[in-house]
Amino acid sequence: MKTGTKLKLALLTAFGFLREAGRRKKPERIVKAEGGDPRAELVVALLLLGAAACAVAFVVIYALDWSHLTRWLGLSLGACLLLIAAALIHAGETFVPTEELEEDYPPLEHPEAQEELGQIGRESVGGFTRKRLLLGAAGAAGAALGAALVVPAASLGPFLDTESFYYSPWHRDRRLVDEQGKPYRADEIEYETFYTAFPENAYREELAAPLVVVRVDPSELELPEGRGNWAPEGIVAYSKICTHAGCAVALYRKPRFPQAEPRPALVCPCHYSTFDPAEGGKVIFGPAGRELPQLPLLVDSAGELRAAGDFSAPVGPSFWGVRTRRPTA
Amino acid sequence: MIRRAVRFLDQRSGAAPLLKKTLRYAFPDHWSFLLGEVALYAFVVLVATGIYLTLFFEPSTAKTIYHGSYAPLRGMEMSRAYASVVHLSFDVKAGLLIRQTHHWAADVFVAAIVLHLVRVFFTGAYRKPRELTYLIGVLMLFATLLEGYLGYSLIDDLLSGMGLAIGYGVALSIPIVGANLALLIWGHPFPGDPDFWSRMYIGHVLIMPVLIGGLLAAHLALVASRHHTQFRRESVPSERKLIGIPTFPGQVPRSLGLMVAVAGVLVLLGGLVQINPIWLWGPYHVYDGTNGAQPDWYLGWLIGALRLVPAFDVVVWNRTLVPNPFWGGILFPLVVMMALMLWPWLEQRATGDRRAHNVLDRPRDAPVRTGIGAGFLTWVVMIFLAGASDRVLVFLGISYVSQIWFYRVAVWVVPVVVGLLAWRFCLALKGMEEVQAVQEAAEREAAVHSAQPE
Repeated sequence: MKTGTKLKLALLTAFGFLREAGRRKKPERIVKAEGGDPRAELVVALLLLGAAACAVAFVVIYALDWSHLTRWLGLSLGACLLLIAAALIHAGETFVPTEELEEDYPPLEHPEAQEELGQIGRESVGGFTRKRLLLGAAGAAGAALGAALVVPAASLGPFLDTESFYYSPWHRDRRLVDEQGKPYRADEIEYETFYTAFPENAYREELAAPLVVVRVDPSELELPEGRGNWAPEGIVAYSKICTHAGCAVALYRKPRFPQAEPRPALVCPCHYSTFDPAEGGKVIFGPAGRELPQLPLLVDSAGELRAAGDFSAPVGPSFWGVRTRRPTA
Repeated sequence: MIRRAVRFLDQRSGAAPLLKKTLRYAFPDHWSFLLGEVALYAFVVLVATGIYLTLFFEPSTAKTIYHGSYAPLRGMEMSRAYASVVHLSFDVKAGLLIRQTHHWAADVFVAAIVLHLVRVFFTGAYRKPRELTYLIGVLMLFATLLEGYLGYSLIDDLLSGMGLAIGYGVALSIPIVGANLALLIWGHPFPGDPDFWSRMYIGHVLIMPVLIGGLLAAHLALVASRHHTQFRRESVPSERKLIGIPTFPGQVPRSLGLMVAVAGVLVLLGGLVQINPIWLWGPYHVYDGTNGAQPDWYLGWLIGALRLVPAFDVVVWNRTLVPNPFWGGILFPLVVMMALMLWPWLEQRATGDRRAHNVLDRPRDAPVRTGIGAGFLTWVVMIFLAGASDRVLVFLGISYVSQIWFYRVAVWVVPVVVGLLAWRFCLALKGMEEVQAVQEAAEREAAVHSAQPE
């Protein structure tokens, strides 16, 4: 070996040692990229100071008794948050070290652990002699306990007793009153107008209470059989609750296209079920699956409107037994 | 300082290795991966604003007379629930800001989830080994819809009452046991027992948020355990190797920035853009309704479905087996949910591809999936649009009846057309790429040949 080569080798070795020593003092970097950018740091600081100012403004605005407070509060707090967001994102894009790491996806599965899990299971119960009996008994206990724990849920409502769905406050001679409780007179009911009526002296916040009352030309009436005398002077009353999904039938639609719509119709604003008041509440459009329940009316000697009986069917959305009988008070 | 804190923590929790791993967890970078994050941050805003609202809201149907500062309602009888929200809106400083921010956050939350789902679907991110992550995500979407519905139903204004009536009608429409189930939920035929308000309230502020939070935790844990998917890059064999920016320091300012930005936008919306002005609707009564009643956007698809079904109840021997709202209110969302949940396995079965995938497809890479997805999405969107027919009637004067008849046909035709077009489009894009690849290869070869002296 030549001297030169020897020297070179010695130098290299020494250098290697030195490098090794240097490494021990200062560990290898974990974060690969270096950060720092004086200008960007200044921008971020300014953004954060702006955010602080906005937050202070929020507090001041809160303390002041301004009108339209909401918009100023929203503006100041929103601006504060957006300035902080801008600061963070700008920092992330500029001087925060951003490196790309490459790493392996975790292994899809661990066959050994899987095998051991199975083994633990098998070995733990392997010695049991009456496995089936135990399993059956445990199953019985679990099922029975589960059932027992579910039972208190029945207290949430009268699960089996659906009688309340057939209730109605209407009966013969009950007067129809308006929102103020004043009885409706037959001669007050005008054409092309829509009246909401309630049972006199009865609770109103239930589906069977409210009615829509409209006047139809008696010559246009085509009520179903057996309802010949339900509409004195052409005044008809129906449940105000849509038979589709229970909203109030709150619209009385004027005909816009006379060929298709010969007269005003009752319309529910939720899904536009449309009912013909002249034909016993028949569904003429929309999704409702049955006609509006009709209430028979009579005009008493004082000229006031009274019920002549109960609805033709239970009110409100359809359910399993809705077609089985008429409601009762 | 930092060293001492880390030491303290590590000695008492042993978490240093886990923390180190977390800090260096790599996230692949793509803008579309942020959609899920937006949803997460909207949820954070929802919880924060929601807690504030509970400090003022009174979940009671007991009647009271309003005496607050909003003149048009003064002297009116209303439930304490509604009165407390009107009070919060007008007489609690910052109350309206927080309430509107909460409402906007809910709308943005669901929107972000839906967009995230669309991204996950069209890139095939749900494929093995991430089917469970996806399944939990779909469950979360539907939990969120119920949570939102409960939230705006609690207020007891006219719109919320109409929404509850529809919910009641839909519950009644469940074949055979609908009426019984409705009695269990409402305690009494609509509008129900006063207890119903306690039930809704605890559902909205505790049960559903905890459920959503739990699903969220499971979702994120699974994402972390299987690691993120990534788009294909030319340089890397990427089914095995993940390339991304580590949580710390690279991702933290971006992600925190996104969170604060989401919060900022929501607060700006809450302060500047009015939403659900409940004082205009007035208190609910069973006998009141208003035209133009529309739910929050994320329930529009159900309104559309309820409106499109033709008028019929299925009646067998005088028994109403299937009341009408069942089709649009129960069956339709159930079909959508089941289709979404089963899709990963349906696809596995159809394609026979049971391998694990870490690299995402571009929509064109899977033309059949993209076609089916586009068709399905169009189907739901068309039904959603049908829910707006009444608004179109008011603004454009197009007959409501004609619109509904149009949609009754179009919701079956348009999705098929869109699906086929999307499929053809993907094939064309793919074909174009192949041609390009061949061309480039030929050019390279030509270049090599011309460089070689003969």
